[in-house]
Amino acid sequence: MYKYDSYDQTIVDTRVEEFREQVERRLSGELSEDQFKPLRLMNGLYLQLHAYMLRVAIPYGTLDARQMRMLAHVARTYDKGYGHFTTRQNIQFNWIELKDTPDILAELATVEMHAIQTSGNCIRNISSDQFAGAAADEVTDPRPWAELLRQWSTFHPEFSYLPRKFKICVIAADEDRAAMRLHDIGIQLTRNEAGDVGAAVYVGGGMGRTPMIAPLIKDFVPIDDLLSYVEACLRVYNRYGRRDNIYKARIKILIHEIGADSYRQQVEDEWAHVKTLGLDPPRAEFERIAGFFAPPAYDSAAPDTIDRSDPDFALWVDQNVKPHKQPGYAIATISLKPVGGIPGDATAAQIDLMADLAERYSFDELRVTHAQNIVLPYVRKADLHALWQALDGAGLATANLDLISDIIACPGLDYCSLANARSIPLAQKIANRFASMERQRDLGELKLKISGCINACGHHHAGHIGILGVDKRGAENYQLLLGGSGAEDASLGNITGPGFDEDGIVDAIERTVETYRAVRTDGERFLDTYRRVGIAPFKEAIYG
Amino acid sequence: MADPLRYRTDAAHEEPAVTLDAFLGQTNATAVRLESDEDARALIPHLDRLALIEVSFPGFRDGRGYSAGRILREAGYTGELRAQGDVLVDQIALMRRCGFDSLVPDKPLDAAAVARALSRYDAVYQKAADGRPPIWALRHG
Amino acid sequence: MKIATGSDLATGDVVWWDGEGWSRHIEAAVDVGDAGTGLIAREEAALRVNVPYVIDAEPSPDGPRPAHIKDRIRARGPTVGDDLGIKPASAGAGSWVI
Repeated sequence: MYKYDSYDQTIVDTRVEEFREQVERRLSGELSEDQFKPLRLMNGLYLQLHAYMLRVAIPYGTLDARQMRMLAHVARTYDKGYGHFTTRQNIQFNWIELKDTPDILAELATVEMHAIQTSGNCIRNISSDQFAGAAADEVTDPRPWAELLRQWSTFHPEFSYLPRKFKICVIAADEDRAAMRLHDIGIQLTRNEAGDVGAAVYVGGGMGRTPMIAPLIKDFVPIDDLLSYVEACLRVYNRYGRRDNIYKARIKILIHEIGADSYRQQVEDEWAHVKTLGLDPPRAEFERIAGFFAPPAYDSAAPDTIDRSDPDFALWVDQNVKPHKQPGYAIATISLKPVGGIPGDATAAQIDLMADLAERYSFDELRVTHAQNIVLPYVRKADLHALWQALDGAGLATANLDLISDIIACPGLDYCSLANARSIPLAQKIANRFASMERQRDLGELKLKISGCINACGHHHAGHIGILGVDKRGAENYQLLLGGSGAEDASLGNITGPGFDEDGIVDAIERTVETYRAVRTDGERFLDTYRRVGIAPFKEAIYG
Repeated sequence: MADPLRYRTDAAHEEPAVTLDAFLGQTNATAVRLESDEDARALIPHLDRLALIEVSFPGFRDGRGYSAGRILREAGYTGELRAQGDVLVDQIALMRRCGFDSLVPDKPLDAAAVARALSRYDAVYQKAADGRPPIWALRHG
Repeated sequence: MKIATGSDLATGDVVWWDGEGWSRHIEAAVDVGDAGTGLIAREEAALRVNVPYVIDAEPSPDGPRPAHIKDRIRARGPTVGDDLGIKPASAGAGSWVI
C-alpha cells in the first residue's frame, strides 16, 4: 500500500489547518453559508437532513487496518457508532458536527487519510478495481496509476472549479468490476502487441438524470503520457463544458452535443501542445509509487485446496470467494448486506473486527467495493474457514455477493437532502421478500440497485433491476428499470412503465423475477434472459 | 476600481483594456479584456504587443479563466495577467499557479489573509504556469 | 400553519422556531404566519440558525406535522434505526412520518 512521504503528509496536514481556519471564519460569521459551502464541499462536508455529513476519501478503495480502526474511532467518537460505505468506494459519517470536523480531519491525517475533493466541482476520489493486485485476470496493478492520478488531481490549479464534478476510474482487467464506463473518464490499462502497457481512455460516461456509457476516445495512450493526455481531456472540458445549466454541465453532455469524434480531435490538438510542457512525471516516480504495491510475502507452500466439509461455509465460499492470481490464496468479499440491514452500513465494532481480520488473514489490507461491500484481497485458502467463522459471529458472513439481496442503495430520503424517496426501507423490504437463500441462489446473479432521486447515487441505471424513487404529488413513488449493467457489458436500464408505491414495487420485482424463471434457459442470467426476450414479457407480467 | 494586488515589479499599465473584438479590430491597443467565454488562443498571434491581459471571473464558480491564464503563459506571454471579478481569498493561490500576477477582486481582500493563502502550501503536486517544481521533481531531484 | 426550521450552525442539528429561539423539538414550533421571511433573514444574519426556511404544517395533538415527508423525517430522524432520532421512536411514529 502507498505510504505518504513528508510531502504528502505536509499537504494533508496543511489542508486540515486551512479548513480549521475556514470553519472558524464560518462560525464567527465572517463567511456566509454561500461562501462557505464550496469550501466545505471541497473537504467532503455536506449539510444533510439531520446533521452535517462527512465523506472521507478511501483512494481507489484501498486501506489498511490502522486506517480502518480510525474510521471506527471516528464513528464511535464523533458520530452515532456507525459509518456508511458508498458506491464511490468512500465512507460517509451521517451525524457530524461542524465544530468537530477540523479535529476529525486532524485525526484522519495521522493515518494518512483525508476528505479532500470528495465533493465539489473538482476531480473526485479516483476509483478502481477492488480486486486490483490480486485478480487473476489483470494486465497490471492499476493502483500505482490511480495514486499518480490522485496526487496530480489534488489541488489541481486549473481544474478545481470545473463546470461540474469529475470522476475518474482506473482498471486493468477485461472484467469490469468498477463500472469504469460510467465515469467521466474511464481508463483501462492494456498491453499492445509489443507488450507495452498503455491506456484505453473512455470519456463521457455517467449516471444522473442523463445516463451515458462513455465512448472510447483513444484506444492506446502510451503509459508515460497518461497524465498529459488526461490533462488535455480536462482542459477541453473546463473550457467548453456547459456552465449555463447545472443539469447539462457534466462532460457527458459536452461529448454528446459535439460528438465523440469532435471531442477526440480537440483533445488530440490540445494534447499535442500539452505533451510538450513536461507535465508527465518521470518513470522513476511511477516506479517509486509502484514499489508500495509490490505483492505481499505470499506463503508459496500454502495449500491450494479448501476443506468444504462445513456446508454453510461451502455456500459462502461459492458465493463470496473469488480466484486469486497466487496459488493457495483467494479473494474474500465481506457482504455488508445482511437481510433486513442497511446496505453499506457497518458499526464501529464491525469495522474494528474487519481491521483485525485484515491484519490476521489478509496482509493488513482491505478494499471497499462500489457495490458497498468490503474485500479481503489476500486470504490463504487454508484460513478461509477461520475467517468465515469470525465473520459469522459478527453478522458479516451473508453469502449473497451479486445475488438479489446484495442491493446497492443510496442513503435516500432517510438522510439525504436531495432525495425524493427513501431507499433503505425499500432495500430492506426487497431483501426480506427474497430472504430465502435457496431462492436467491436459484435466481443467480442479479444486481439490484436503488436510487432515491434522479442523481442516481444508487446506480439504478446500471442495475439488472434498477429502482428510481421519485416524488409524486408529495408521496414516494418508485419506477422500475430493467436491463442495466455497470460491468464490461455496460448498458442502461429501460423504464418498464408507470411507477409504484413501496409495496407495489416489491410485488413488481417479484413478478419480474418469476417471469425470468419461467422463460430462462439453463444457466442463463437474468440480464441475458432480458436481453434475449426483451422488455415485453416483463411488462405483460407486471402490468398485464 | 481598486488598485490591483500586483506581483510584478514593473509599473502598472495605464491604458484601459479593450474588449477582445475591439482589440482584434484595431492594431494599436496594448491591453485587452477577455470574458470567460472568449477564446484565449485568439490572442496568441498578438502576445508580443500586449502589456496587460485582464481575464474576467464573473462568478467564483466559473473556472474557465484558469485555463485561459495557463494557455497564455504556455504560449509565452510575459506581460501582466490580471484576474478580475469574483476573486476570493480561497482561490488566489490557484490563480497565481495558473500564471496570474495581478488580482482585482470585486470585494477587497484582507491583506493578512492574502499573504497566508499565498504562502500556505510549501509544495505542489503538479507542474503549472508559475514555475514551481512539482513534488515529483523534488523527489527525484 | 407556517413554521420555520433550519439547522444549528455549529452542530447541524435540526431546529424549529419556538417564538423566542430555536428548539430541537418540533412540538415547540409556533405558527410564524406571514412573518417567516423576515424572521429567518434576521436569524440567519445573526448566526442563530443555518439555511432556514418556512414550511407548511398542520396542527396536531403531537405538535405541528409538516406537510412534506422530508420535514417529517427531519423532525423524527431516519425511519430506519429506531435509536437515531432525537427521541426514542414511539409506536405511532411510523404513521406520523409516512
